[in-house]
Amino acid sequence: MFRIGCGAGFSSDRLGPAVDLARDGALDVLVFETIGERTLAFGHRDRQANPARGFNPHLAARMRAVLPQCRANGTRIVTNMGVANVTAAAQLVVQVAKELGLSGLTVAAVLGDDVTDQLGPETVLFDYEGRSIADVGRPLVGANAYLGIDAILPALETGADVVITGRVADPSLFLSPLVHHYGWRHDDWPQMGQGTLVGHLMECGMQITGGYFADPGFKDVPRLADCGYPIAEVAQDGTATITKLAGSGGAVTEQTVKEQLLYEVHDPTGYLTPDVTADFATVTVEDLGQDRVRVSGAQGQRRPDQLKVTVGFDGGLLGEAGVSYAGPNALARAALARDILNERLAQVLSDGTHDLRIDLIGVDSLHATADVRYGTEPGDVRVRAAMRSADRTAVELMLWEVEALLCCGPAGGGGYRGQISPSVVTHSAWIDRDAVATSVEVYRT
Amino acid sequence: MTNHIPLHKLAHARAGDKGNTSSVSVWPYDPGDYELLKEKLTAARIKQSFPRLIQGEVRRYELDGLRGLNFVMYEALEGGVNTSLNLDSHGKSWSSLILSLDIEVPDNRG
Repeated sequence: MFRIGCGAGFSSDRLGPAVDLARDGALDVLVFETIGERTLAFGHRDRQANPARGFNPHLAARMRAVLPQCRANGTRIVTNMGVANVTAAAQLVVQVAKELGLSGLTVAAVLGDDVTDQLGPETVLFDYEGRSIADVGRPLVGANAYLGIDAILPALETGADVVITGRVADPSLFLSPLVHHYGWRHDDWPQMGQGTLVGHLMECGMQITGGYFADPGFKDVPRLADCGYPIAEVAQDGTATITKLAGSGGAVTEQTVKEQLLYEVHDPTGYLTPDVTADFATVTVEDLGQDRVRVSGAQGQRRPDQLKVTVGFDGGLLGEAGVSYAGPNALARAALARDILNERLAQVLSDGTHDLRIDLIGVDSLHATADVRYGTEPGDVRVRAAMRSADRTAVELMLWEVEALLCCGPAGGGGYRGQISPSVVTHSAWIDRDAVATSVEVYRT
Repeated sequence: MTNHIPLHKLAHARAGDKGNTSSVSVWPYDPGDYELLKEKLTAARIKQSFPRLIQGEVRRYELDGLRGLNFVMYEALEGGVNTSLNLDSHGKSWSSLILSLDIEVPDNRG
């Protein structure tokens, strides 16, 4: 039985449960999955600000916390924490290993996902009504192809203790060590489908052990503050049992597994990755009790000929600012504040177009655009303005106007906060598999 | 005669996002309610319920074996996680949005 754990399912996932897995999981491989469309954009933003950055900000802390145990237990680490700067990330892992006195440790960096130079102004963005990169009208900051197992396997074959990548398909982080261990054929599509199922279920960490799930009174989860990360026990045929460490909080049940099965999936019979066109509609989910759920039966067909590319553009600045109102008639005062802001911003921002939005948090914010209103009148309402613009002066003016509400707006406004941060907007394109050349760099301590 | 039950009482759901596309899977607590949801919670119902939010089409995938429905809503995330000015730019809360709908049931059930 091959044992894979997931020590992070997103960029800012908790550290402690990963340490628990490294120590007690008896793992062959520990995966840290930390890239999403949002955090890849952050990686590019960070690298633009400082060419030595752009990898996951928690990389050093995570490595410091788990490397000694993983080394002692013979657990290999596979992670995409390289984000937008894989080489710098690999060098940082080496530096941390040296500080820990771990000699003879090998780090393999998977390169080639950065395809910025392969794209041009005419490159079509399939999520942008077929328009091109030139049509976006913003500076390109970086483009990354979703690499698959064929990029990661050469790194595993070096025997590296740590394999670090940038943008790879999340399930490939799990499928590649399975293929490496069991010697599955890359064109055994049903087998790739089943292995991809395991990776897909594991890639979001706690989302299968009770995170992103609890709904008190309807779906209760024990001890979420101590929730454990998942472990997959994978057999030669790819059948897997999803579980977690005994004594950890959370739950692995038929319900948690089913919800994660379709997470970010569109057509369940055609889930596209660089490795396979997977079919999850045929999957069997068996709750064995005691936080053990067996999954089997995924199918697969030939992998796509093209790779998906996330293309990042300079999104200018994102400004957000808010003021709160509470107590009797709070909603009316917040609504008045919103009216004042709309009138004021129309005056001070008259020279240019800016994306601007004003919400009443506690009344209609998240679902305002769905035109849904819930419940009775709240006694605690926050006016929130958000704005994206390339013009810093305009964003600063917006923050100023929100703060001015403290003395110039309705009675009893308080709790002003405002911030401005650089942003990257993203679109998606396809690239021919042949146009993407991948390579592996190996570092030793 | 008919009665209306909040979908939140009948089913649980999870939302995911890719670009400007939201997907929400819906799973009845009681597998016996799967056929009811299949009949009442159509793609057209979702599209009609949120006409301003969902700019594109809604597709529904049925997993008869696992008794779950998967809704894919195109052009529904105000541009997507890196573009939307919504406080919840991922649309993580879209699961609750779907569960806020009512389901029409025969009068003999509470």
